[in-house]
Amino acid sequence: MSLERSDVEKIAHLARLAVSENELDNVASDLSNILDLVEQMNAVNTDGVTPMAHPLHMSQRLRDDAVTEDNQRDHFQGVAPATENGLYLVPKVIE
Amino acid sequence: MQEKSISELAAGLRAGEFSSAELTRFYLDRISQHDEKLNSYITVTEEAALAAAESADARLKSGDADLLTGIPVANKDIFCTNGVKSSCGSRMLDNFIAPYDAGVISRLKGAGAVLLGKTNMDEFAMGSSNETSYYGPVRNPWDTELVPGGSSGGSAAAVAAGLCVAATGTDTGGSIRQPAALCGITGLKPTYGRVSRFGMIAFASSLDQGGPMTRSAEDAAIMLQSMAGFDERDSTSAQEAVPNYLADIDADLKGLKIGLPKEYFDEGLSPEVAASIQEAIDFYRQQGAEIIDISLPNSALSVPVYYVVAPAECSSNLARFDGVRFGHRCDDPKDLEDLYKRSRGEGFGAEVKRRILIGTYALSAGYYDAYYLKAQQIRHLISDDFAKAFEQVDVIMGPTAPTTAFGLGEKADDPVSMYLSDIYTIAVNLAGLPGMSVPVRPADGKPVGLQIIGNYFQEAKLLNVAHRLQQETEWHKARPATFA
Repeated sequence: MSLERSDVEKIAHLARLAVSENELDNVASDLSNILDLVEQMNAVNTDGVTPMAHPLHMSQRLRDDAVTEDNQRDHFQGVAPATENGLYLVPKVIE
Repeated sequence: MQEKSISELAAGLRAGEFSSAELTRFYLDRISQHDEKLNSYITVTEEAALAAAESADARLKSGDADLLTGIPVANKDIFCTNGVKSSCGSRMLDNFIAPYDAGVISRLKGAGAVLLGKTNMDEFAMGSSNETSYYGPVRNPWDTELVPGGSSGGSAAAVAAGLCVAATGTDTGGSIRQPAALCGITGLKPTYGRVSRFGMIAFASSLDQGGPMTRSAEDAAIMLQSMAGFDERDSTSAQEAVPNYLADIDADLKGLKIGLPKEYFDEGLSPEVAASIQEAIDFYRQQGAEIIDISLPNSALSVPVYYVVAPAECSSNLARFDGVRFGHRCDDPKDLEDLYKRSRGEGFGAEVKRRILIGTYALSAGYYDAYYLKAQQIRHLISDDFAKAFEQVDVIMGPTAPTTAFGLGEKADDPVSMYLSDIYTIAVNLAGLPGMSVPVRPADGKPVGLQIIGNYFQEAKLLNVAHRLQQETEWHKARPATFA
C-alpha cells in the first residue's frame, strides 16, 4: 500500500492535524511502510472469527444514573488557554 | 543505601536506623548528582517529597504504617498528579498542571509513599527507546550511548541507577517489560484492568495497563499490592479480589509447567540473548519445573495487528487535545479549524503524528473492515493461542526483547524497525494477559530480560516464579558501576 502526498493531506485534514508541505513526502513514505507491515494481516483467513471487543470478554459495567461529581468548573478551567465567565473561548465561528 | 529492598528499608524506618526524611534527602541528592547524565526525570518535586516524608515519619511513629510508608518512589509522567506538571513527555502538555490525582497516585499517596517526581517517557508512551520525548532522550545507565528502552525509559533508568527505590510505568505494547529488560530491572505488566487507568493519560485504552518497575520481584509485589484493585472511575477496572502478593512468593516450583513458544526463539532472536534465556530456563529445570515446547502460531501477526489497533485507539483518544480546554494552543488562530490544526501540529511530535494519521486512515470510511475489523479478528486468534497454551502450562517463558539495548539514534529514523523491537511483548497486551521481565545473565555487559507470561490474574504466580530465581541467583543485583 503506497500513499501519495494528496492522501496524507486528506488524512491530516480528517485528523485536524497540520502537516507542513516539506514534511509531506517523508510522512507519506513512513505511513506507506507501516501499511506494508500491516498488510501481513491479509494472509490470514478470518472468515467467521468474532472480532475481539475486550481482552477479558467483559461487558460494560453500568452504574446508577445519579450525579456523583461536584461541580469543579473553576478548578478545571484553571488550566484552559482562554476562558471568560465560565466559558471556553475560541475564534469566532459564526459571522 | 540504594541497594536496600523495600522490606529492608521498611524495617530500617521502623527500627529508627534512619528517617523517611533522611532517606528522601538521600535520593534527592542522588538525583541532583546523577540525573544530568541520564535525563530520567522530567520533574522533581523536592518540596512535596520532603513534606510527604515528614508525614510518613509521623505515621511510622503512630504505628499505623504500610510497607510503602516513607519509601521514595517515582512515577511515569503519564500519571496525572494534582498540582504537578503531568506532561506525558509531550510539548502538548508542557503547560499542563494536573488538577487531580490518577488512581495509582491516590493509592501510593494513601499508602504513605514519598513521591520524588515524574519520570521521562516516550511522547504519549509511543516509542520503544525513549527518544520521542519532548524533553530529550533518556540514556541507559549501563552505557549512556545506548537507549534505555521505552516507553517507560525514565522509570527504568531511574530504578537501575538508584535514583528512586521503585517506580511506576505503563505498558501498552511492552513499555514496562522492554525497558526493564534493557536496563536490568524487574518490571510487571498486570492483567488488563488490574490497575486503575483513571488519570493515566490514555494512549490505546483496550491495551494500556500500569504496573511496577523495581529492583526485585519482592519489591514489585509490594508495589503492586498498593497499586492494584477496583476503581469505579475506570470503566474497565477489574472487580476481581486482590490477593496478598507476598503470601506465596517463596513457594516451591517443583512440578511447575513452563511453556516455551517456538515462535519466541526464531531467527530474529540474537544468539547472545538466547544463551542467557536458556541458562535461566535450565535454572527452572533444576528447580523441578517441567519444560514443555508449545506454539503460539499467530504471534508473528501481533505487530501488524497492534499497529492498527493501537493507532486507531490513539487517534480517537488524542482527539481531546484541541487547544481549547487544556494543553498547547497556537498563537493567533485565524479560525477554529486553524486553531485545531496548528495547536495539534505544533503540540505533537513526529511519532505521535504518524500514529494519529495511521489510526485516522484505518478508521476512515471504506477502510474500517479491511483494517480495524480484520485486526480485531486476528486479535481474537492471538488470544485463543494463549488460551490453548494455558490448558497445558502454568507459565510461558521467552525473551522480553530480541536484542540487548541498541544505540541512541540507531533506529530513530526507521519506525518499522523500531516497532519490531516489541515483537515478543505485544501479543500479551493484545490478549490482556499479565507479563513480567526479570534480569538474567547479561550479554556482553548489557542486561537481558527473561519474559514470564501468566494466565489472567496470575500475577502472584509470576512474582513467585521470578522471586525464586532471584533467591538463588545474583543477576538482579548487578548495578551499573557509574552509579554505585
